[in-house]
Amino acid sequence: MEIVLEAKHIYKSFHDPVTVPILKDVSFNISKGDFVSVIGKSGCGKSTLLYILSTMDTDYEGELFIDGELMRNKKEKQLASVRNEKIGFVFQFHYLLNEFSVLRNVMMPGLKLGKYSEQEVEHRAIQKLKMLGIESEAMKLANQLSGGQKQRVAIARALINDPLIIMGDEPTGNLDKKNSTIVFDIFKELAEVYNQTLLIVTHDNEFAQSTHRIIEMEDGRIIR
Amino acid sequence: MNTKLIISIAKSLLIARWRQTMVAAMGVTFGITMFITLLSFMSGLNDMLDNLILNRTPHIKLYNEIKPSNIQPIQLSKKYAGSYAFIHSVKPNSSRLELYNNGAILNTLKKDNRVSGIAPKITAQVFYNIGSIDITGVINGIDVEAENRLFFFSDYVTTGKFIDLINVPNSIILGKGAAEKMLANIGDVIQVTTVKGDIMPLKVVGYFQSGLQDLDKVQSYTSLATAQKLLGKPNNYVTDIQVKLKDMTLAPMIAKEFSTLFGCDAEDIQTANSQFETGTNVRTLISYAVGITLLIVAGFGIYNILNMMIYEKMDSIAILKATGFSGFDVNRIFITIALTIGFIGGFLGLIFGFFLSAAIDQIPFNTSALPTITTYPINYNPKFYFIGTIFSLITTYFAGLFPARKASKIDPVIIIRGK
Ligand SMILES: Nc1ncnc2c1ncn2[C@@H]1O[C@H](COP(=O)(O)OP(=O)(O)O)[C@@H](O)[C@H]1O
Ligand SMILES: [Mg+2]
Repeated sequence: MEIVLEAKHIYKSFHDPVTVPILKDVSFNISKGDFVSVIGKSGCGKSTLLYILSTMDTDYEGELFIDGELMRNKKEKQLASVRNEKIGFVFQFHYLLNEFSVLRNVMMPGLKLGKYSEQEVEHRAIQKLKMLGIESEAMKLANQLSGGQKQRVAIARALINDPLIIMGDEPTGNLDKKNSTIVFDIFKELAEVYNQTLLIVTHDNEFAQSTHRIIEMEDGRIIR
Repeated sequence: MNTKLIISIAKSLLIARWRQTMVAAMGVTFGITMFITLLSFMSGLNDMLDNLILNRTPHIKLYNEIKPSNIQPIQLSKKYAGSYAFIHSVKPNSSRLELYNNGAILNTLKKDNRVSGIAPKITAQVFYNIGSIDITGVINGIDVEAENRLFFFSDYVTTGKFIDLINVPNSIILGKGAAEKMLANIGDVIQVTTVKGDIMPLKVVGYFQSGLQDLDKVQSYTSLATAQKLLGKPNNYVTDIQVKLKDMTLAPMIAKEFSTLFGCDAEDIQTANSQFETGTNVRTLISYAVGITLLIVAGFGIYNILNMMIYEKMDSIAILKATGFSGFDVNRIFITIALTIGFIGGFLGLIFGFFLSAAIDQIPFNTSALPTITTYPINYNPKFYFIGTIFSLITTYFAGLFPARKASKIDPVIIIRGK
């Protein structure tokens, strides 16, 4: 199986004002098509790990390989294009650009990538929105949507460049039960139907059980 | 592709904050409007004041100064060749005001392609006789047509026609001040006495007003022929040759050359009027200083608004970075915003500046000192508009530089975690 993401002995500490170790010797890998959930108590370091894996946080020890490439020593600009091309990120808070329409929000990483023409990117964006059942909202401004709809837009945006892996940091943490179920069903569909690689941090044990693999963390270590 | 995307993001951010954008742009507009108006007006004034002198002054004046000879007889004596002579109370031997061989000089000058025009002239000290009183004056015998062509003589003849100096024999155009002193009306005949004591009646055909009161109290004009007759000189007698050059800046150099070539004195315009250039420079400097100050103030406005915008847009910046925009891209977005504000504000400033200076150009401005001026002078030099554009872009660029750098340094993790 092709390995998409590999973490080797990752350590991370915060230093204000005293040094507090947060991640301790975290190692694991994710293969193509894996559907992985990360669970653990609040404060155990799940988000911190995800920021490192997503290349946004570069202040750690250990080695991180994405698509076989070592992320250390890459410049800020190179890391940005890794995120752009290979990683789709879904946050707890939807984080859409309120100045833009839904469609434009979804298109943004695609336009940045520049692999397809603007028309093609638009076409692809509409497809993704259709897949998530919100194509009717495409022309609305981002802040005119409900929370659940926004999160689906964020997923469409994460999908636009056909990323190697989608990472989610408690993507349903801010949603009600009904919308959480919708979002989880989408992730399941992406994994089962589209063979999309997913790494989702969650509180929801029921959802975690339905994934292929569960990584459980405690106090900065992987215990399962 | 990337550039297009960055411009479109910048545009959306601008439109979303169009009120602040407008306030920022208005600062630039105000600065540029004032910059253009101030420079156009100041430069118009400068031109006016300069022309007052420069139009009337030859670039090079060839003449003979009355002064003692540089070489005294004792220095020619071989007997005292090695000694040092102290001579007190040296006097000039004769007043050789005439430019000798002026026909040849005129011919040489006509062939010189650096010269754009020449006008021979006679200056003569006279007394104007008013009843029993004589007042001193200076009569300029001029080549009327050349004088008009080179020095805009007709502009300064406020009453009467300048060409009458040729058409009416033994005619004179009096300085306005002199005419007032003499109570001389057009058509009157006045008496003029030369230094040698010859008296000649001259018919007044016009008044002359240069704008310099002191000058107008003394100066008057006749034709060359009349002046020669007055002085009892032959018709090749000339005391000055006035030269206008194609390039005024060469005057000091060419003056030196002519001085040695023709063996006479040569005075260049820069030496004769150095104080005017200083005044012009100071005025220009002040206008630029005020204009740039206004722009810097506008720059701080832009700086503030961009900082505010970045503070408000932290989330958007974080999300752009999380989805693959680099710090450099974010930097470019905010620089583009700053430059757009500068460009729009600056462009409006150019238009308003043009109309404001055009409005000032309509305000009547009558002064007896400046007969040719009827409204406030404005110089519509495109140079000011060009400099204004450049300045507005430079100030906004610098105003945007620090906020943009700050935005590019925003750490998305801190923002995303902060929620
Ligand atoms: N900037 C920071 N400085 C110091 N400590 C931090 C900082 N960010 C997070 N932490 C600490 O790191 C630990 C792990 O946080 P986090 O990864 O967000 O946990 P989780 O996502 O599992 O709830 C927490 O104890 C938190 O207090
Ligand atoms: Mg967390």
